[in-house]
Amino acid sequence: MALLEISDLTVKFPTRRKTFVAVDHATLTVQAGEIHGLVGESGAGKSTVGAAIMGLLERPGHITGGTIRLKDQAISGLDADAMRALRGKRISMIFQDPLTSLNPLFTIRQQLVETITAHLDTTPSEANARALDLMQQVGIPNPEERLDQYPHQFSGGMRQRVVIALALCSEPEVIIADEPTTALDVAVQAQILDLIRELAVKRDVGVILITHDMGVIADITDRVTVMYQGAVVESGPTAKVLGTPEHPYTQSLIAAVPRPDKRLHRFPQVSYGGRETRFAIEEIAGQWNVTPTSAETPLLRVESISKRFIEKRSILPRFRTYFTAVDAVSFDIMPGEVFGLVGESGSGKSTVARMISGLYDLDGGQVTFEGNVVSDPKDKATRAAFRQDIQMIFQDPHSSLNPRMRVDKIVAEPILHHGLLSGSAVTRRVAELLDQVGLGTDAGLKYPHEFSGGQRQRISIARALATEPKFLICDEPTSALDVSIQAQILNILKDLQEHLGLTMLFISHDLPVVRQMCDRVAVMKHGKLEELADTETLFMAPKTDYTRELLSLMPKLDAI
Amino acid sequence: MSRFLKFWDSDFAWGFRRSPVAVVSFVVTLILILSAVFAPLLAVMNPFDPASLNLMNGFTAPGTPNAFTGDSFLMGTDDQGRDVYSTILYGLRISLFVGFAAVTLGLVLGVTLGLIAGYFGGWTDTIIMRIADIQLTFPSILVAMLIFGVAKGFTPVEYRDQLAIWVLILSIGLSDWVQFARVVRGATMVEKGKEYVQAAKLIGRGSLPIMIRHILPNVLSPVLVIATISLALAIIAEATLSFLGVGAPPTQPSLGTLIRIGQGFLFSGEWWILFFPSVTLLALALSVNLLGDWLRDALNPKLR
Amino acid sequence: MISYLIRRVLQSVLVLLVVGLIAFAMFNFIGDPIDNMLGQERTQEDVDRLKAQLGLDQPFVVQYLRFLASALQGNLGVSYEQGRPVAQILAERAPATLELAAVSGLFALVAGIVLGVFTAIRRNGLAANAIMTFSLIGVSLPTFLIGILLIYLFSVELDWLPSFGRGDTVDVGGWSTGFLTTSGLRALILPAITLGLYQMTLIMRLVRAEMLEVIRADYVRFARARGLSERVVLFRHALKNTLVPVITITGLQLGSLIAFAIITESVFQWPGMGLLFINAIQFVDIPVMAAYLMLISVMFVGINLVVDLLYVAIDPRLRT
Repeated sequence: MALLEISDLTVKFPTRRKTFVAVDHATLTVQAGEIHGLVGESGAGKSTVGAAIMGLLERPGHITGGTIRLKDQAISGLDADAMRALRGKRISMIFQDPLTSLNPLFTIRQQLVETITAHLDTTPSEANARALDLMQQVGIPNPEERLDQYPHQFSGGMRQRVVIALALCSEPEVIIADEPTTALDVAVQAQILDLIRELAVKRDVGVILITHDMGVIADITDRVTVMYQGAVVESGPTAKVLGTPEHPYTQSLIAAVPRPDKRLHRFPQVSYGGRETRFAIEEIAGQWNVTPTSAETPLLRVESISKRFIEKRSILPRFRTYFTAVDAVSFDIMPGEVFGLVGESGSGKSTVARMISGLYDLDGGQVTFEGNVVSDPKDKATRAAFRQDIQMIFQDPHSSLNPRMRVDKIVAEPILHHGLLSGSAVTRRVAELLDQVGLGTDAGLKYPHEFSGGQRQRISIARALATEPKFLICDEPTSALDVSIQAQILNILKDLQEHLGLTMLFISHDLPVVRQMCDRVAVMKHGKLEELADTETLFMAPKTDYTRELLSLMPKLDAI
Repeated sequence: MSRFLKFWDSDFAWGFRRSPVAVVSFVVTLILILSAVFAPLLAVMNPFDPASLNLMNGFTAPGTPNAFTGDSFLMGTDDQGRDVYSTILYGLRISLFVGFAAVTLGLVLGVTLGLIAGYFGGWTDTIIMRIADIQLTFPSILVAMLIFGVAKGFTPVEYRDQLAIWVLILSIGLSDWVQFARVVRGATMVEKGKEYVQAAKLIGRGSLPIMIRHILPNVLSPVLVIATISLALAIIAEATLSFLGVGAPPTQPSLGTLIRIGQGFLFSGEWWILFFPSVTLLALALSVNLLGDWLRDALNPKLR
Repeated sequence: MISYLIRRVLQSVLVLLVVGLIAFAMFNFIGDPIDNMLGQERTQEDVDRLKAQLGLDQPFVVQYLRFLASALQGNLGVSYEQGRPVAQILAERAPATLELAAVSGLFALVAGIVLGVFTAIRRNGLAANAIMTFSLIGVSLPTFLIGILLIYLFSVELDWLPSFGRGDTVDVGGWSTGFLTTSGLRALILPAITLGLYQMTLIMRLVRAEMLEVIRADYVRFARARGLSERVVLFRHALKNTLVPVITITGLQLGSLIAFAIITESVFQWPGMGLLFINAIQFVDIPVMAAYLMLISVMFVGINLVVDLLYVAIDPRLRT
């Protein structure tokens, strides 16, 4: 008998204008000791399935059809009290963000013991012993001492281990893990996934792992169910679904995942559901006026730049403490080149981008662009000229556009500021740009919230192209996007580089993406440049241990 | 027109129509504002024109004809024979004028200082927010009283009554900029870190255009909520000061002054002189408060 | 943590210095103290002598420091209106105000937290909705109207409780208390409710709002997902987290009780400091205004410091 059986589950969210079907007749089964991946892009309904199993659907959402069975018991129709008795006892849940899922005002011991005594009939000393045991099982060093600490004294990865320990308190039969590693760094992510794998096998627990990340699916799941717009499109053993996908959506999804092993000219786009949008690169190239600079000298020189932030303030300089975010970093970027900058969060890569673009002042070193020093905040004229030649595409499409500004005003702002055009020419140019990036000429009359994430990133690209820059900084331009949209945006960037000879600084934590995009790559760690090499050299023959470690943590889709 | 239709169809307007409390309090507020604006047309008499008063009409109960003159008054008259209904209309004018003017003063001051503090940070921020903290240590009504007392000390005795209204506006307005400043500063610091502001900096936009064109529109919705609640608070503060005899003078009575006058008749049985101004003040403060409360929920994205 | 506390103490001292400066400025710039102390008939000699005597010929900073020093010794000047030392007048009036504020503060705190928690957990219940509606009326009702309403109901119509004054007081070591006589306690009821009601509704609404916010937090959802009982989730996890912001605001509210006592005292003719202050404003009696301001700031600053200490006791994140 299956451990957990979901059949024909339908969840609806009635709203004012229409009823939104979040889960549409979904069917899946989970066996004991198995990790079942639930994968899909945003809005696929995968998290809603998890919440429905837990009986924690947010109002006005509710189950309108289908059943959920745990072994022989139907749990989808249970009342609130019966559901509560089940939660934590037989089904546990792990949330995405370990920072917010622990109560900051209680020690780890208090939270563990109260959960243990809520479910098991134990004496206080037994509960304490069990708490200690759980801490050891999830691999927390010095458990004795750490039990009496508060959540804020733990690192992100350690907190997620505590969360897992809490989920294990009552020997649950099913664990639902909703994006358990999304908020963590790659290295920590791998450890947490290993831990989940180990616990599932050892304790014979069924795990539903909800994720958007194909790499995670490939790494640890036994079976996988692919969802698209609330419906299950394909389900089966992971190796089979990833190796020989049957459904066109699964095929397009897998094809869009960047390959870590070899560089392709473009990202393959198997379009599904009319998602392909045009990008008129030839039109743009035809109007482009920038004269190419000589390929011999670097376009941008970064010489030993440093940046430190105040960690603790004090009136007396003696008591101030600083945190060095960027420590004497140097590199050159040649014209027409895509230069990659990779590293984990906190490695200083985004700070470097902001220093080059002039958003941060330097604490040391200098930046030269076409032979002119552009890092001196007092040299206003040089910096103003530089600003026309450099543009940036940001990470978060939800915050990189002013929500209260109409799209045409957003795109027109750089044109007007630099006085490139005036009057009706501005309106014409803006409409043209919006059309060229594939949004249509009347997109300008709408506000940013009326567009999807991928479309907003296109608006950002239109804004960046408005001044016809020579140099483009892309700061994690696709990390907030679904894979299929990511492939489209990355192809656009490749087009820009190829047809316009645009020089780019491409910042990412995602190594497969970097391999596809960049000509040369610099690896950063704790504010220092760790290694700099041609992309192929770096991936095939890394020189430093740190790079080797990063490369070993890359998800390998083709390993199956 | 299509703009109006678009607004009418928005979730905001829809939520408003679906909330009877919001609709009723909006209508009450509107009626009170309109009656204050058109007071000279709606009033039976100008209660401050001695020529229109008849002392014989003093202490006429509501609805019953006066024993001597046979005149009848909807809400009765006071000891001077002034029509209570008319004094309320004129009192409402003063109360609302002081309320709106004080909130405008507090809003302009608070939003400006909050934007500056939040955007520039550092020393500017420290100085502005320290002043705000110090002022916040004291309840705003006390600050208003102190400013009133000090300002009164500066005004020559013969102008004190004439300038009382302006002194009131100044003291209430200065006592409530802090709320605006704190909220705007917090919101500005959040918005400042967002990428659209960095994009504008990258284009080369200066501080002032970024603050006004980019950040200000995005921090306005909490300002609207605070402005509404502040309006209720300012009306209450004005009434309180006037009730205590340190606000609007008897020659230019606000609702608070009227209640102060009416309180003297509480034990002697002329209840209407106290009752009607009190009910009007309560209706005004309550409906504005209810509107503010509804706005806060409607504009809070977390509650969606 | 120690540096945090030192910073807070320094800040408090700064607040007091600023308030002292304001009070000092009030003395010096509003009206001419010489005018106030000497009558119309005076000679230039008198003026010069008094100036030297008051130290008005000294530089500004020296005058300010002298002013602070004498204020610290309890010398707060002489009331223009009553012609008696301000310190003496305040000492007579203080017990009435402090007793009133203490009783209504206790009432506001206890009733406010209990009702706030109740309305938050029974969010859509009938009783909770009724309480919430009344609380909005409570916030919109100016304190003086509440007082008048209570007087009308309990003094004029029912004739149960006195409408003004403190009743009989007993002198205990220089402190005149109304707690020890029946008439004193009876006289305290209406003013205490009047003063506390507004603060109570504020505290209640704040507790409710914070509680609702906390209930939505991830760690509360996770506590539910672990199958903890509703009682543990609400009263252990949610309530303690609610208390952190509630304490700050409540501390400020308790301070403002002393200020709002001005209104209540005026309605009930309660012979406290507030009534004194209102009279001082009407007569532009600067020394009394300045002294009241300084006294009340010392109280507020003290309350704020206690609040900070409580903060540290509750939130472990501040202890490291």
